[in-house]
Amino acid sequence: MRRAYFKNNWVAALMVAPQLIIVFTFFYFPTSQALYWAFTLEQPWGGGNTWVGFDNFAAILGDAYYWDSIWVSIVYAIGSTALSVIMALTLAIFADRQLAGYKLYRVGMIWPYAIAAPAVGLAFRFIFTPGAGLMMFINQMFPDLWNPVDNGTQAMGMVIVAGAWKQVAYNFIFFLAGLQSIPRSLIEAGAMDGARVLRRMRDIQLPLLAPTFFFVLVINITDSFTDSFGIVDTMTAGGPSRATNLMVYKIFNDGFQGLDYSGAAAQSIILMLLVIALTFVQFRYIERKVHYT
Amino acid sequence: MNKTYPALAALALAFCATTASADKIKFDYWYGLSGDLGETLAETCNRFNASQDKYEAVCTGYDGYELVVQSAIAAFRAGKAPALLQSFDAGTADLMMSGQFYAVTQMMKDYNIEINWDDYFPGIANYYASSKGELFSMPFNSSTAVMYYNTDDLAAVNMPAPTTWAEFDATLKALKAKNPEKCSYGYEPSVWVDLEQYSSINNVPLATNNNGYDGLDTQYVYNTTSAVKHMEDIKGWLDAGLAEMKVSAGGMNSQEAFSQNICSFFFGSIANHSSLHLKHADGLNWDVAMIPTETAERHNSVVGGASLWVLAGKTEEEYRGVAEYLKFIATPEEIKFWVSNTGYIAVTKSAFDALTAEGFYSAAPYKGREVAITSLTATEPGPLNRGFRLGSMIQHRAEWLSEVQAALAGQKTVQEAYDTSVERGNALLEKFAKTYAGKTLP
Repeated sequence: MRRAYFKNNWVAALMVAPQLIIVFTFFYFPTSQALYWAFTLEQPWGGGNTWVGFDNFAAILGDAYYWDSIWVSIVYAIGSTALSVIMALTLAIFADRQLAGYKLYRVGMIWPYAIAAPAVGLAFRFIFTPGAGLMMFINQMFPDLWNPVDNGTQAMGMVIVAGAWKQVAYNFIFFLAGLQSIPRSLIEAGAMDGARVLRRMRDIQLPLLAPTFFFVLVINITDSFTDSFGIVDTMTAGGPSRATNLMVYKIFNDGFQGLDYSGAAAQSIILMLLVIALTFVQFRYIERKVHYT
Repeated sequence: MNKTYPALAALALAFCATTASADKIKFDYWYGLSGDLGETLAETCNRFNASQDKYEAVCTGYDGYELVVQSAIAAFRAGKAPALLQSFDAGTADLMMSGQFYAVTQMMKDYNIEINWDDYFPGIANYYASSKGELFSMPFNSSTAVMYYNTDDLAAVNMPAPTTWAEFDATLKALKAKNPEKCSYGYEPSVWVDLEQYSSINNVPLATNNNGYDGLDTQYVYNTTSAVKHMEDIKGWLDAGLAEMKVSAGGMNSQEAFSQNICSFFFGSIANHSSLHLKHADGLNWDVAMIPTETAERHNSVVGGASLWVLAGKTEEEYRGVAEYLKFIATPEEIKFWVSNTGYIAVTKSAFDALTAEGFYSAAPYKGREVAITSLTATEPGPLNRGFRLGSMIQHRAEWLSEVQAALAGQKTVQEAYDTSVERGNALLEKFAKTYAGKTLP
């Protein structure tokens, strides 16, 4: 393979400098601060801090409720990722088949991604309200079937659906692009050999979509760990009795509302390590099954 | 040519405007009230600025107390903090420990501004005072919790507003017997009403060290007081269908359920008084009473809302401006403007007396708000009714809510829930004390 490179390394350094400065200022510097705070007890209004070593981590990891929070986050990540990927894939396959009105549909499907998470949460709160609309109808047929106010599992389901819905649009774009980059001739050849729609999907489209699938998976898992607090905040506020207290929501609550900067910093470090570990696992074990060409 | 003149005139005008405002000494004021209340607060700034030719308050509103305190901290650490900050009850302990403020009593003394501090209701002033009684921040938007009730529903069962919890229980049963379809009591778990106000009104401790005023080595003790029984009563009402959960996650909170004439009782802040007046279902007749007590003995309730803190590290000129502003909002006319446009209560005795004398509280829409003052001044605040000087209050409130939700869903008993909540609250207090190791509460 031919490689293009700069003969003068200083020019190269100059070219990447702006990006590097941004990365350092907005990513590495805050991370280093969080790392420092995680090992101290930081007074919110300044005025000093005390080095406490691993005390913050010991306190967090020794807390049974924190392990619940980790578990709940994993359930949310897997649930919302699976749901949004399946929905997005289904929709993308239909859009790709160029059924009537698919152009309108293709544009319309992208919109939900532009909606802010708290707004999504608010909208779904209305949809899932036990006292009105669809859910009231269901509750009248089966009394007390739906009650996310008391029932933690239902509250979790509600948050997962809202989170997945928000993510569908993003996944849809990638799946559609992936599907459209599959040469038509392959599908036409399959059709001429007598393969029906589902067969063609299973044997041609899905295997060729594997790289897109992998990318979407990694992004979704990461996103569901780090970008879900807006939905939780408006829908359940972590309740009932911690059933939807995702790790990132707990960080927001402790750090931004409760002014416990050190505890929140330590939790951020744990969350960061968890996301790194999960991404590593995905690259190590799932990516091996992906063929890029 | 004729195009140049207007442009020049505009330029000259702009120049004049900038020089005029540059003459005024500006200071920053950040507040956390939003919505109608935030607009009324912005109006007090405008009124101040209109009355002044020397100082100008630059007022910035944030969406909530948590956010304004958080932003002020970030700005403070970067050396760009406002001179004046509206901070809420739960932010008091951190601010006091930090020492990064200018005590208002000291400031007014330094700038020779006469304010009669004894005129403030002791129940309000004590909350923001040091353990030695020195007032640190300026009482401003003060409230307390009260009981709202549907007068028609109570008249239908021929009962007055209950004054004890036993009467409340009887009232709920009578309401249910009369109209089984109607929700008697729309309940929303509120640590402020169900635990903090309850403890003060019934004179039981929330925590040791006189609720934290006397030191940082404080521990919660509310799992050993009658607060447990009170929570068990609430659970009993919910289980028996005498009360119904009305929370936002279920689509409607307790205030909405009350204002839509769905539930007969609602417990909340007196600050909601004005919004209930503005927005309620047609034909709803309602009134306010003090929160019931456990026995016939009643103590004062705790003040809620927020106060104004002067932050450290500003110039003398800015402080003079802040002092003028605080003097301005403490005048009887401004207190009247504030309380008549919001549901908050008058913070000084003289303003309250003057308002009462002119009949402010005897007619709608302000009638009933004096109940909050009666509740706040039921007794002289004793060691258990001054308020709470506790660190990490926000997190403790979250722990309490999670545990109470578990108890109400039947996952554990109320006693177990309170034991866990206390244990976790104590861990928070311990951590708070460690964060400020070597410092003492002022």
